[in-house]
Amino acid sequence: MVKLIAKSPCAGLLPKTIGTVTLTEIDAGRMTLVAPFAGQKKSVSDALKSSIGVGFPAPNRTSGTTPRAVWCGRGQALIIGADCPDLEGAACVDHSDAWAIVQIDGADATALLARLTPIDLRASTFKRGHTARTLIGHMTGGITRLGVQSFEVMVMRSMAATLMHDLTQAAQNIAARADVGD
Amino acid sequence: MRLPCPLCGDRDRREFYYQGHAVMLERPLRDAGANAWDDYLHNRDNPAGETRDLWHHEAGCGAWIVVTRNTVTHEVLGAILAENAKKTGAQA
Repeated sequence: MVKLIAKSPCAGLLPKTIGTVTLTEIDAGRMTLVAPFAGQKKSVSDALKSSIGVGFPAPNRTSGTTPRAVWCGRGQALIIGADCPDLEGAACVDHSDAWAIVQIDGADATALLARLTPIDLRASTFKRGHTARTLIGHMTGGITRLGVQSFEVMVMRSMAATLMHDLTQAAQNIAARADVGD
Repeated sequence: MRLPCPLCGDRDRREFYYQGHAVMLERPLRDAGANAWDDYLHNRDNPAGETRDLWHHEAGCGAWIVVTRNTVTHEVLGAILAENAKKTGAQA
């Protein structure tokens, strides 16, 4: 059988270091969107916990590390890094390869995202394990804090190049201002 | 303007799509008659003061919310999920 060569969403675009900021692609592996039916959130969360050890996350939160669950909208979460178990009380859709996911690290990571998104990213309000569905430039996407100077940004795969353009442009502008001593 | 999404918290106005007055949630019965349906589809008050509007958090969590705000002072008084407003008849 012919074995096709998988191409990641940001292939040829990343990794990149601009100024103090490093952009790296995250290969999330298996991803499944889980949307519990009305009144089924608790039982779905219990089922997830017993099979993969990660419960259904609260709004704007993630749970677990590997595998992990990332809230991604009203009544929806992405299960990342594990095969999704059979869930009777939820609609489950395979999202593997559907998302372009970029990790942003560095001293100016917050400043970079502040140029692209309207949400409050200060460490006092947007902590590790917090996630948000919001605007990134003109796109809708998700932002998750991974650490003090580390974020994960995800948009649909078809917008990978646009995301790269926006992130690169913002990082270059910050680096340019640093060069002239701002 | 910032709107208090019940799921996401205070968010920028540009994340939201404006639909119109929350009277859209009070759909008349199928046999309510032409006047009730005409009213429901076409007639809206234009209040100077408090109003309840439907907004869609389209660039966020995707929820429909009912926002109570004041058109005179621009004060935003609160918001609830449309599903709850419909279920309980609660006011934001």
